Amino acid sequence: MTALSLAFSLEPVRAILLIPCLSALVLVLLPGYWIAARLNVAASLATFLFALNLLGQRPLPGGFLFVDDLNVVFVVLATFVGFTTSAFSASYIAHELESGRLTARYLRFYHAMYQTLMFAMNLALVANNIGLMWVAIELATLTTVAMVGIYRTHEALEAAWKYFILGSVGIALALFGTILVYMAARPVLGEGQDAMVWTALIEKSAGFSPELLNVAFIFLMLGYGTKVGLVPLHAWLPDAHAEGPTPISAVLSGLLLNVALYAVLRFKMLLATVPMAIAPGPLMVSMGLASVLFAAFMLFRRRDIKRMFAYSSIEHMGIVTFAFGMGGALANFAGLLHMTMHSLTKSAIFFAVGHIAQGKGTQRLAEIRGLTETHPVLGWGLVLGVIAIAGLPPLGMFMSEFLIVSSTFARAPVLAIVLVSGLLIALGALMLRLSEVAFGAPDGKIAPVQASYVPLYTHLALVLLAGVYLPAPLVAWFQSVARLLG
Amino acid sequence: MTGYQFDVAHMLAGGLVLVSFMLLYQDRMFALLNVFALHAVVLAASVAWQAYIQAAAHLYVPAAIALVLKAVIIPLALRRVVIQLGIHRNIETVVGIGPTMLVGIGLVGLSMVVMLKATGSSVDPLAREDLAFALSVVLLGLLMMVVRRNAVSQIVGFMSMENGLILAATGAKGMPLVVEISIAFSVLVAFIVIGVFLFRIRERFDSVDVQALDSFRGERR
Repeated sequence: MTALSLAFSLEPVRAILLIPCLSALVLVLLPGYWIAARLNVAASLATFLFALNLLGQRPLPGGFLFVDDLNVVFVVLATFVGFTTSAFSASYIAHELESGRLTARYLRFYHAMYQTLMFAMNLALVANNIGLMWVAIELATLTTVAMVGIYRTHEALEAAWKYFILGSVGIALALFGTILVYMAARPVLGEGQDAMVWTALIEKSAGFSPELLNVAFIFLMLGYGTKVGLVPLHAWLPDAHAEGPTPISAVLSGLLLNVALYAVLRFKMLLATVPMAIAPGPLMVSMGLASVLFAAFMLFRRRDIKRMFAYSSIEHMGIVTFAFGMGGALANFAGLLHMTMHSLTKSAIFFAVGHIAQGKGTQRLAEIRGLTETHPVLGWGLVLGVIAIAGLPPLGMFMSEFLIVSSTFARAPVLAIVLVSGLLIALGALMLRLSEVAFGAPDGKIAPVQASYVPLYTHLALVLLAGVYLPAPLVAWFQSVARLLG
Repeated sequence: MTGYQFDVAHMLAGGLVLVSFMLLYQDRMFALLNVFALHAVVLAASVAWQAYIQAAAHLYVPAAIALVLKAVIIPLALRRVVIQLGIHRNIETVVGIGPTMLVGIGLVGLSMVVMLKATGSSVDPLAREDLAFALSVVLLGLLMMVVRRNAVSQIVGFMSMENGLILAATGAKGMPLVVEISIAFSVLVAFIVIGVFLFRIRERFDSVDVQALDSFRGERR
């Protein structure tokens, strides 16, 4: 009881860090998987509720933690998808245990790592210190590496190794960029803690050396860009998505990519306040466009269903990066909306795909046929998800893509044409695959799956709702964030 | 700052770049590990010297960590791994030694041009050269990870890269300690993670040659 009242007296910012941290500790010690999975869901729900609290009461920025209009969007989204994924994970994991792919010992580790990942992502989002943010993103990388390799098959090990090597190289480059930002800030803010604090950096940025910041941004863009999965630094992403447990694919696509993008955006905001510094926009626009085009073509030749949606994640992170790179109130608004929609839709698709792969016993596209007949609820969920991710009306991603394309046409028609062709190629590839997977003649195993449909359809309903009607407060909120992004 | 303090710092940082080059042309596993230990010793000396001239006692901590962990414990542990796995034969390289060294020289030139230009007047001369050297070490570590096929030598490349980052962090005067400890800590964690991987790789493949991993691509028919 005292623990409960203590929890309620907590500040929300501390709570969204403490809850995952403590539950990770408990989950390491908890032997039974049934209770552990429930505790995982409960902890994620509590974290989400506290994150919602942040919308109302904003604490004053401290030396290490702060909340502003920008990161609260990311925090709420991350904790929400974290919560629904934990609910999906509970039913997914039960099946993995039955089929013997995972043992009880590994599940203990898995649940503890899940909460550690939540902790690391929340810390990265609310950190007011560029060093602390770096540490948090590194922690998130290490936990996901361990989770990707959890099945211990050849493929899983290769994926985890690749992810580890590329991820740590990216992280190392980002640290070099972080040190350079400190060096640029030191003459103005003095030595020590202050020269790494976001709020202080933004306030006093006019006096920073632009040359040093330029070099720093290149390193930060390459470093954190690796984690966003931007071409040409994307090589780890398809393997990591395909070989790890599906809840982790959902969290990777829906959350971790966003967290890395958040870091890039923060530094972009810093650069925008320094006169004479390079404009970060063109770099982001070109990497974004390259990702869209590359991923669109790669979508055609895929044989593995999870890999295919991993490439689709590269495409959509490319679109979002492109939108933020274009800048301006409308493109930023659309980028933010698209990022939110992508997180919801992609994790919903992975929820469906996870259960489908369990039911069919394979991830190979060629062996998955006629899903709407064999597994109607899952099959139609997947159809809806793919329609959403392909950007067809009336779902939410159509609106965000439409806004991005139309605002780009007004300012840089050539770029818009390239972007639209990328979108259309991806649409074609996805529809081609969908028609076989969902409506082909059914074959293979048709055993029913013990699935949890609630997280899947909750996400899809939200995406549909956003496509039909966006509530005015949400629009106002996103608009204010878009102005903040410049 | 007196002239000789600057000269010693300069020499140690330059020495680190030199040892990075030595790492590039090692073709025996044990020799590679020995040179990496030397790399860590030079780093420790360089960091300790920075601690002395900046009168920053907390910088002795990363120096000690570099000396104990990276110069002694990790090379010994990796040596054990190498013996256990029976891979103390020649290291296979993707690119020959000669071209690799040429690329390395190019990278050092690049980092000098970039850093010395970017840090024009705003940074004191010592930090400026430290940064240039640190970037060279980082890029050489990256190059080593690219040109080596073997998992153990990729780890060595990664750790030499981290050494370059620590050189940069300690050269940046007054950078908060949080970051240094976290760097050292992350090296430890990274090593544990890698260690687990190595054992799993051995269990599954009887080899730590990363090319063996490549044949298990997820999409092979």
